[in-house]
Amino acid sequence: MTVTAATATRGLVEITGVRKSFGAAEVLKGVSLTIEPGGVAVIVGPSGSGKSTLLRTINHLEKVDGGHISIDGTLVGYEVRGGRLHELREKDILKQRTEIGMVFQNFNLFPHLTALENVAEAPVVAQRPGKARPSKEEAKRRGLELLDRVGLKDRADAYPRQLSGGQQQRVAIARALALDPKILLFDEPTSALDPELVNEVLDVIRELATSGTTLIIVTHEMGFARDVADTVVFMDQGQIVEQGTPQEIFTNPQEPRTRSFFSKVLEPAFNI
Amino acid sequence: MDYSGYPVVAARHPWRWVGTAAVALGVLAVAWSLATNPRWEWGVVAQWFTAQSVINGLLETLKLTAISGLLGFVLGFILALMRLSASPLLVSASWTFSWIFRSTPLLVQMLLWYNLGYLYEKISLGIPFTDVRFFEVQTTTLISQFAAAVLGLTLNQAAYSAEIIRGGLLSVDQGQLEAAAALGIPAWRRSTRIVLPQAMRAILPTAFNEIIGLVKGTSIVYVLAYSELFYTVQVIYNRTQQVLPLLLVATLWYVVITSVLSVFQYYIERHYSKGAVRNLPLTPWQKARKFFATHAVANRTRSL
Repeated sequence: MTVTAATATRGLVEITGVRKSFGAAEVLKGVSLTIEPGGVAVIVGPSGSGKSTLLRTINHLEKVDGGHISIDGTLVGYEVRGGRLHELREKDILKQRTEIGMVFQNFNLFPHLTALENVAEAPVVAQRPGKARPSKEEAKRRGLELLDRVGLKDRADAYPRQLSGGQQQRVAIARALALDPKILLFDEPTSALDPELVNEVLDVIRELATSGTTLIIVTHEMGFARDVADTVVFMDQGQIVEQGTPQEIFTNPQEPRTRSFFSKVLEPAFNI
Repeated sequence: MDYSGYPVVAARHPWRWVGTAAVALGVLAVAWSLATNPRWEWGVVAQWFTAQSVINGLLETLKLTAISGLLGFVLGFILALMRLSASPLLVSASWTFSWIFRSTPLLVQMLLWYNLGYLYEKISLGIPFTDVRFFEVQTTTLISQFAAAVLGLTLNQAAYSAEIIRGGLLSVDQGQLEAAAALGIPAWRRSTRIVLPQAMRAILPTAFNEIIGLVKGTSIVYVLAYSELFYTVQVIYNRTQQVLPLLLVATLWYVVITSVLSVFQYYIERHYSKGAVRNLPLTPWQKARKFFATHAVANRTRSL
């Protein structure tokens, strides 16, 4: 079951039977998942369960070995022609990726560019489906707006190393938003942060959750997952074990594996 | 106990003073002998240092360095990208290039290029394995001394700089490429705008070593009787028999070029350290200004 933001019309993600192996290890064993436009899906599970790999298949940073992923009905990484799946050329893959923003655990900001340059770089050079590239000035103006939105307008000229971890991650979110994506992927966005900086990042994501952009978030912050998700997905050993509303998954998990995982990660006070 | 009224006495370092004195004495002795030994013939050095023929030779040296340095590094960048590409053919082509040009002496390469006309009388453009020729040119008219020198130096330089640039590119975190790819930034832009500027920090110190080596390395083209600085000086001392003073003239010019390059190196490295350090260190010039500013203030306060 998924809850849909009323205004969203784009950003439907359909994952069907996705498999992926690294060498002999199969990390995704046929994963299927649908996220409605504007939905907020939070993926939880033990480390090594394939959460991050699944996330990275959605924007084709990882090529799948089997199954497929589509966004608003369009296949990711492939094109159907004459009854065959043709692999897309890099240029077209890049084009697709502009509709799928990604925020990394280690921020991956470009350290030699200022906060504003980080945000304004991609829009000027990336080819986007059905959109013209803005001028440099236009991209900077929009970049400042986005930095303002994450509360960092006054740090626009700072280099990433001059910012705290939480500020860096907020810049990274602004950078992902600059391409006006349909979908935003968060790969453990707060795992590299000091505890007191986690909330400033979560607050920004919380605000995005109501914006109509589809969010897919891999995280270990269970309290946040409960607050913000309309679907919680529990993964273990390359499979989706259970999915449902936060209420269903956190307070009344059906599967023993889910129950045993939450008994280890949830604070006793949280376990109502 | 309250120690706030006690004056602080700095620790003494007597051996530091002994060491400093010994070095100063050595420097003085060398300077004295350079100045007083008449066989250095400083008068002759001064006379030839700015002579028209020497200056012409110097300009040729600078020209060779600039052209082969630039072309060498551009070609080296392309070779490095080939080596890092996913295509096995490009990888092995790049590897083979570096292997060949790093394993043959530059002197041999130079002579080989110059004597290409002996191996291949004519160079022509046509369809391979047929008799169709679009144009044909005598090899000796195509490969002048200058062309042979540039070819030899460039290809050799490219082989070395390819490895330097590859090392630099590899030193950049993989996450940077991933982030750029996730943002849909095109491949060429990813290399030039995201990865290369960060790689520069690792590339520059070694690259300047190479360029400084190249400045002096150009002296090898004397085997082609190409009138760069070193060959020019040789011609002069063969005529005048003032061997040492003229070698000194060439040496001093090489020192001047290297010094200027070192200053460039300092500022270029500083430029690329933007963002890598929290705050850029002051340049020597800024340090000097700060020093005089604070001392001027101190003097003024003292006089008050």
